[in-house]
Amino acid sequence: MPSSAALHVDQVYKFFGDYPALRDVSYSLEPGACLALLGRNGAGKTTLLRILSGLSKPSKGQVLVFGHDSREQATRAKIGVLGHGIAIYDELSAVENLKLFANLYGLSNPQQQAMKWLERTGLERVADSLVREFSRGMRQRLAVARAFIHEPSLLLLDEPFTALDDRAIAVLQSLLADAKKDGRTIVMSTHQLREALELATDVALINKGKLAFKGERTQEMVDDPAYIYRSYGDL
Amino acid sequence: MSLFFRQSMTVMVKDLRSEFRSKEAINASLSFAIVILLMFSFAFDPSSDAIKEMSGGLLWIVFAFAGALILNRSFARELANDCLDALVSSPVSGAALFFGKSLANLVLLVGIEMLCFPVFGIFYGVEWWKQLDSLFLVVVLATWGLTVIGTMFSALTVNLRLRELMLPMLLYPMMIPALMAAMQLTTALISGQPLTGDAYTWLRLLIGFDIIFTALSLALVETVLVR
Amino acid sequence: MREKIMYALGAVGSALLIYNLYVILLQLPDEANQGAIYRIMFYHIPAFFTAGFCYITALVGSSMYLIKKDLYWDALAVSATEVGLAFAAINLITGSIWGRIIWGIWWAWDPRMTWALICWLVYFGYMMLRRAIDDPTERAKIASVLSIFAMVSVSITWKAIEWWRTQHPGPVLSFRTGGQKRVDSPIEHMIYQNWWALLMIAAVFLMIRMRQEQTQREIDSLRRQAHAL
Repeated sequence: MPSSAALHVDQVYKFFGDYPALRDVSYSLEPGACLALLGRNGAGKTTLLRILSGLSKPSKGQVLVFGHDSREQATRAKIGVLGHGIAIYDELSAVENLKLFANLYGLSNPQQQAMKWLERTGLERVADSLVREFSRGMRQRLAVARAFIHEPSLLLLDEPFTALDDRAIAVLQSLLADAKKDGRTIVMSTHQLREALELATDVALINKGKLAFKGERTQEMVDDPAYIYRSYGDL
Repeated sequence: MSLFFRQSMTVMVKDLRSEFRSKEAINASLSFAIVILLMFSFAFDPSSDAIKEMSGGLLWIVFAFAGALILNRSFARELANDCLDALVSSPVSGAALFFGKSLANLVLLVGIEMLCFPVFGIFYGVEWWKQLDSLFLVVVLATWGLTVIGTMFSALTVNLRLRELMLPMLLYPMMIPALMAAMQLTTALISGQPLTGDAYTWLRLLIGFDIIFTALSLALVETVLVR
Repeated sequence: MREKIMYALGAVGSALLIYNLYVILLQLPDEANQGAIYRIMFYHIPAFFTAGFCYITALVGSSMYLIKKDLYWDALAVSATEVGLAFAAINLITGSIWGRIIWGIWWAWDPRMTWALICWLVYFGYMMLRRAIDDPTERAKIASVLSIFAMVSVSITWKAIEWWRTQHPGPVLSFRTGGQKRVDSPIEHMIYQNWWALLMIAAVFLMIRMRQEQTQREIDSLRRQAHAL
């Protein structure tokens, strides 16, 4: 039992009715690694990420995060999620949003942490403004702050660079680089191959619910990202 | 255990803060309640003594209809921006999330109901405040039953297209025992009748109803929220 | 094998139903107080208990689905609920007809009738909920939770309504009155006999519906796979 692995996915299946969204997916990720999860739309990336985030349970098989089930409360406190939706409340202010999540994640000084992360994402001047009034880019940066505020050991990002403006991308890339330096584990599903592959240490490709490729990121992949799809894209 | 209550409180405060900022559901619910009270005045002769006998039934129909508007929004408000995903993937247990939302709904619903009593008293000339403490107890107990099932069904129907239609349809038949008890007790208390032995039976029914459905909801809500 | 059981049950059930009908119409005498219409009881009473069996089966199906996550149990739950609704409707309609003839009213708000109507609406809500969810796994899960709530609610409502006075006739079957004989033996005997017939028919409908549910699932998943390709 590789309990030292950050992520251990063991023969996972996910059915919607009789339709297999994920078939026999097995994977292990070491702590501190950065995984780029590739695949076409509908291949199963989001399904897998949702299971890792604890939003979904596998129909068969097991998923362990830091050696524990992803649905356990203590485990969820170590996971940071940036999904398709920004997951912040329009009717609350920036600082209220961050304090809310700081409280939910059990942080001991929510106000302080909230202000700190507002500064890191360049939002300290609008701390007390309602999110409803924010521009799209500002919301995205707040979402990033929300995902990082509890200093998660595992970051799950579903197509993070899509829909981000330049400033938000810069903030996210800087935070991800810091996270890597701190030894945190990152799983990132993406279509933006270049940005992701530069950060990644490992690469996996999902095709029609099956894991078509898994391995270390090579220079070849960075130079010609589409090569993975060409080689392993169609099962 | 204290973690559960702490998390519930956080969720409750968040919901109440959100609602008091926008006041969308409160306004809609309160207006709807007053309109129904007005409409009933055309259905019955508002000045007759018979109104006292019907007061419990009338009021709880109003509360049930107006309440559905608030209960519907309970989990539906989390859909915008995918906030529900953020809540479910956080360390908050499904039960704490549900309990916090139920408490918030209880506060909102009881608030609206207590505002409806004076309006009812004015429209129909009924002195409703004679046994206020007992009345308040009945209101809270029955509203908790309504809230618990309503919040649970809000979670059940959160992803459905016809959510606004489904929730009342599923909620009302199941609420009938609690509504029956509430109607009987409310009529008795408003009419100034002393609480008889029968009343204690209804009270026991309300309490039993609340306990059973609270336990059932707490047990099943996690299953519902995790896809 | 399954098909053979289905056909056998269907044949025996239908045969029994027809035989019973013959006995009911031609051999059993008219009842002293009610005249000819009492014969509707041979359908009204068994239909009620059959619906009850179906709802309990649905509860079992729903609970087992939540434990095992096997869609077979969900198919059982929905089939049992549908068949139960059908027999509950027969119960309500035959009861209403009987009431019109005997009491002169199509409907009385007495506890038992009211409860039967509430029960029907609760399970009808279950069917409506199912129709609103497209994904089979999600639908099975949500419907199962509702089914459990439905059974609890229906039980509590029954107890609550028992505290009201009743206009509905009291129990007549021996097992309900504790051995006292309320009606003549041949009549009580026929009620049980017809009950068997209705149960068999209910079982056949259940099996047909489950088969249909399974086929529908296969079609849906094939359709989804075709879209994905």
